Amino acid sequence: MGIRERLSGNEAVAYAMKQINPDVMGAYPITPSTEIPQYFSSYVDNGEVDTEFIPVESEHSAMSTCIGAEAAGCRAISATSSCGLIYMAEMLYVAASDRLPITLAVSCRALSGPININNDHSDAMSVRDAGWLMLFAETNQEAYDNYLQAMRIGEAVGLPIMICQDGFITSHAIENIELVETEKVREFVGEYKPEGGLLKAPMAVGAYATPAFYMEAKRQQAQAMMDAKEVIKKVGAEFGAMTGRTYGLIEKYEMDDAEEAIVIIGSSAGTAKEAIKELRAQGRKVGMIKVRSFRPFPSEEIVEALKGVKAFAVMDKDDSFNGHCGPMYAEVAASLYAAGVSGPKGISYIYGLGGRDVRVESIQHVFADLKEIAETGNIGETYRYLDVRE
Amino acid sequence: MSYNLKENLMREERLAGGHRMCAGCGSPIAIRTVLRQLEPGDKAVVTGATSCMEVSTFMYPYTAWKESFIHNAFENAAATCSGVETAYRALKKQGKLDDTYKFIAFGGDGGTYDIGFQSLSGAMERGHDMVYVCYDNEAYMNTGIQRSSSTPRFADTTTTPQGSVIPGKIQNKKDLTKIMVAHGIPYVAQTTFIGNFKDICEKAHKAIYTPGAAFLNVMAPCPRGWRYPSEDMMKVCKAAVETCVWPLFEVVEGKYYLSYEPKNKLPVEEYLKMQGRFAHMFKPGNEWMIEAFQQEVDRRWENLLALCNL
Repeated sequence: MGIRERLSGNEAVAYAMKQINPDVMGAYPITPSTEIPQYFSSYVDNGEVDTEFIPVESEHSAMSTCIGAEAAGCRAISATSSCGLIYMAEMLYVAASDRLPITLAVSCRALSGPININNDHSDAMSVRDAGWLMLFAETNQEAYDNYLQAMRIGEAVGLPIMICQDGFITSHAIENIELVETEKVREFVGEYKPEGGLLKAPMAVGAYATPAFYMEAKRQQAQAMMDAKEVIKKVGAEFGAMTGRTYGLIEKYEMDDAEEAIVIIGSSAGTAKEAIKELRAQGRKVGMIKVRSFRPFPSEEIVEALKGVKAFAVMDKDDSFNGHCGPMYAEVAASLYAAGVSGPKGISYIYGLGGRDVRVESIQHVFADLKEIAETGNIGETYRYLDVRE
Repeated sequence: MSYNLKENLMREERLAGGHRMCAGCGSPIAIRTVLRQLEPGDKAVVTGATSCMEVSTFMYPYTAWKESFIHNAFENAAATCSGVETAYRALKKQGKLDDTYKFIAFGGDGGTYDIGFQSLSGAMERGHDMVYVCYDNEAYMNTGIQRSSSTPRFADTTTTPQGSVIPGKIQNKKDLTKIMVAHGIPYVAQTTFIGNFKDICEKAHKAIYTPGAAFLNVMAPCPRGWRYPSEDMMKVCKAAVETCVWPLFEVVEGKYYLSYEPKNKLPVEEYLKMQGRFAHMFKPGNEWMIEAFQQEVDRRWENLLALCNL
């Protein structure tokens, strides 16, 4: 039986870091993830962890120190948000290409401009092609649980991993949470034993690759990302055996007989569950797919879950500004097309940008749209903004 | 132990020959010389900023580096090196590592004076036990001789071409060595290739073995960018020192020491005339450029003498 606590999402992640006791943390403050290095540096300064903390002068240097430390043979971690994440974007690509399983906690926040400190997913989505594994949490419990699983997953495939939660909504809100005993955490996460490292036998990291080699390096990265699907499921199942909380690539909610469904990421899934409960009570066959793993993208699982519905909406807390859809919609639509599934009619909904409140009624409004599409067969505008003044 | 060139050259070579740097380039000379000052038996992890040096020494699947080497990006050699150094302390503290390692970062002037400046400043301020070595060839040579903040005034580069209206670079060279002194780190030095290499060898050894952060600025000429015959490198370096364009000095715990004072301080023409990048300064009507250049060199030299209490 775990330990019952009440923690904010940031503190839960910091506590998970403390339990794991990694070697090096390089971090820089930015709202709303600042509390994570704050909590963690108090663990460091009070001798509660063995970790060396590097208070760098920027997020770019935060990720650079992590790359150096992980290449040296250590477990390296960081935390960031928003502009900080895209300031380190260049280094995110290098970390993935160097195959360094760094763990990065992201408390998601809107990107400037206009400058805004509240939640959406434009930061995480803007680095979705950097080659990192990306898990998203609905609740503080999930943020904590995902963090405990992160290193097992990243180290198994040799890829860095982002543990994303919604800034303020979970990062600052205090929820009941069940913590795992530290001995069990350490046994579950295990010791880091990389094959090589700068401080072992001489090795060279970060080569210049000519056209004769560059593409093979990228193909291997692609393979690692594909291989990660099974690892995420395996680790999620093992975690379930330990805690009773099992995780996969997606979570299906009321999807068995659903005729209308939404696909969503993060804390708004909790709001959507409430909306669905109310609609189900009215006899509506509505359901939800919550995407936990955005990288790798669970194409097969989503196609399998969506193929029987009449209409669906993909909810993006970010816009691609491509003039026709949000980023996750594009991936869901591509998954369906590639699988030869053309029955369900799908729309792209952009919602919750810059902390715009997502209410139960907001989600019900989406389901009202889907009902009309399902009944009339008339899809109308496929690129929609939710709860916006136009 | 007194310095001996022959003995020094007999030490283990830690950068293998056969890399792809240009003949006569100053950068590998700086690197080999610095690395030779590691005590036999001590290991190092070398960090390289993206540069001529990086793409020429570590092209997959070959590496010229006998020590562990990491290249990360252009602007973050100092931060990367600080991460490796921190990892070393973490593993030492946990009793997982026995060997002694030293941490040395190399960057060109673009990766040091300009785009890597913030990362360098941060790493030095945090006081990591590392040496940052700038091999200063006064322009972006890897991309084809563009001006940097290290490029001297009037130099003809591909982004400051000497034109009919603007006579090459407008601004003076940034005095990075003094900026690094202002960080309050225990050891800062400026050097180049002179005589039997005693100056650079002794400064590199001090930089490596002084606990804490150290910065070494090495003038490392580029025959392509400066436009002089590659066999003349030692003459160019000597002229830079004898004209006081590139004074040799070190700053130990904040105290300035002049390493060399020319008996007869030569006029800057003796340095400028050797290099094609300054050729337009010798055209009739451009005498004012040489005067202005001389004035700036004199001003900085007097300032340095004052700092050294001379």
